[in-house]
Amino acid sequence: MSDKSKKIGIHELYAQGKEKAEKKLWGASANRRGFLKRTAVLAMGTALGAPIVFGKTYPSGLIPAGLAHSKVPFALPGKHPGLTILNDRPINAETPPDLLDDKITPSDKLFVRNNGIPPVDVDVNKWTLTIEGEGARQTKTYTLAELKSKFQQHTYQLTLECGGNGRSEFNPPAKGNQWSLGAVGCPTWTGVRLKDVLEDVGIKSNATYIGYYGKDTHISGKPDKVVISRGVPMDKALEEESLIAWAMNGQDIPALNGHPLRLVFGGWPASCSGKWLHKIVIRDKVHDGPKMTGQSYRVPCKPVAPGTKVANEDMCIIESMPVKSLITFPKTGGTIKQTQNLPIRGHAWAGGPAIKEVSFSIDFGATWQKCELEAPANRLAWQHFNAKVSFPETGYYEVWVKATDSNDVSQPMLLPGWNPRGYLNNACHRIAVKVQ
Amino acid sequence: MENQQDKNIEAFLVANQRYLFKFVVNLVLITCIGVFMYGLFGDSMSDMFDQPEVVSEEVQKKNRQKRKATAAAIAADDMDRVENGIHVQTGFVYAEGFDVVRGTCTACHSAKLVTQNRATREGWKDMIRWMQKTQGLWELGKNEPIILDYLAKNYAPDEVVRRPGLDIAAIEWYILDLSDESIAAKE
Repeated sequence: MSDKSKKIGIHELYAQGKEKAEKKLWGASANRRGFLKRTAVLAMGTALGAPIVFGKTYPSGLIPAGLAHSKVPFALPGKHPGLTILNDRPINAETPPDLLDDKITPSDKLFVRNNGIPPVDVDVNKWTLTIEGEGARQTKTYTLAELKSKFQQHTYQLTLECGGNGRSEFNPPAKGNQWSLGAVGCPTWTGVRLKDVLEDVGIKSNATYIGYYGKDTHISGKPDKVVISRGVPMDKALEEESLIAWAMNGQDIPALNGHPLRLVFGGWPASCSGKWLHKIVIRDKVHDGPKMTGQSYRVPCKPVAPGTKVANEDMCIIESMPVKSLITFPKTGGTIKQTQNLPIRGHAWAGGPAIKEVSFSIDFGATWQKCELEAPANRLAWQHFNAKVSFPETGYYEVWVKATDSNDVSQPMLLPGWNPRGYLNNACHRIAVKVQ
Repeated sequence: MENQQDKNIEAFLVANQRYLFKFVVNLVLITCIGVFMYGLFGDSMSDMFDQPEVVSEEVQKKNRQKRKATAAAIAADDMDRVENGIHVQTGFVYAEGFDVVRGTCTACHSAKLVTQNRATREGWKDMIRWMQKTQGLWELGKNEPIILDYLAKNYAPDEVVRRPGLDIAAIEWYILDLSDESIAAKE
């Protein structure tokens, strides 16, 4: 396999050695202000052979220079050490499928897709959210405490998937982080409905779209450059499950995932769900912030041959994500005895519709058998499937899984339509199994 | 006979010397790393430990200067290290144009954002234009052809089919023990 798709751990990013990183944790995790906990800082200090003096304010996601060439395993603050780091500036990390086995994705196993540098020194007592724009009846600012006390709180389990999840398989290759399978997760989110807040401000009849602004900073170092400012049409913004959230799985959202406040739009490209949220604009037209326009998070409005150059005006904004599934047990490469039935399980989701069926094939798609499928915890939550697989004889097998949504749309076995930026790859997940 | 004994003694001494040499090299290396780290963080290290100051201000200053010189030498050495044709610190292929590429691309983002991507010369040019238009990249002038040559040569697209088969060579085979309770579905 090419280097492009070779998975490596973070210390290798710096060491750039060929050895596969041994996955171990420092015990590193970020506290709610986004800094490494003291224990993690001390662990790093031990590895460095000297304490990290500014440990109290050591920002999340920075790797000490002294570790740059070491073989010591390293994990992103607040994140599981098994995550695959694609990029360290800005930080982008995905979760291998077998680590996504939990029904509700633990906070340390949710992928990280950052476009800029997260804010440090977040003060929750001073954090505010301002709503304004052509479609707003007034400009209104809320403190975090006001949001929590003024509006009814809601908790939903919502699937977030990066629009570029699966990009690494496209050919000709598409630029950007080369996500394979794991830029997806489904934790629970607690916050207030965006709808309730927008209605409190007052929505004019010309309201078309909302756009967000966050407190992350641009990697070029330019202080006033907006990193990313995307959003959703009013219909999506006003859905019951569209949240302004401060908690993931009942605790502060991890610093790398947007603490102290973010939007969550389940089922749509995760880039719609702005992190470190401090401003929402209600627009009278489609929002035109950075990464809303041009080719970003857009696909050709009409199908094109692989490699085609597509003009900006022929590119359309991605809305809901396509039907997809992931086998989270077993990990690819399992060897079993022929006398055993192999239990398989995983999750299936679609950007709006529910999943009505999940099937598996052990003969490269020639025949399919149904899996057991659970109902979702709520709309836009992924659904769990499982099956027992028996193999007719010994040998090499691949288990393929295919989900079908309530509109009878299924996953393709090959790659779906090529697009210049490599979005929306929902080709079926495949694992290898040897039967002896 | 005596000759043989001499040779044995000689071999023994050489082996010992080698051992001693390795020991000394390791000792020096460990000391250097320590000094480097102390040079980086030493100034405020005492705050962490709450230790009383016992060394005079002048001696401290001299030591600090010495440390900084050593640290700089080691840092420079590490920054230039190349293994198997790969520049260790960045992960870039060490080839013609490397210096310009490192200097330009890693000014803003991780080298990893380059090395995980593949494109033709035209594709790389498009990426540069996009960065110039939207991400604050400056005009590259005479460096642009150097950068494009480097990227097109060292990070060209692979020849692959529409969807490759599973990469069998990359699979880490393991015995899956189905009697293990830990495989039970998580809640």
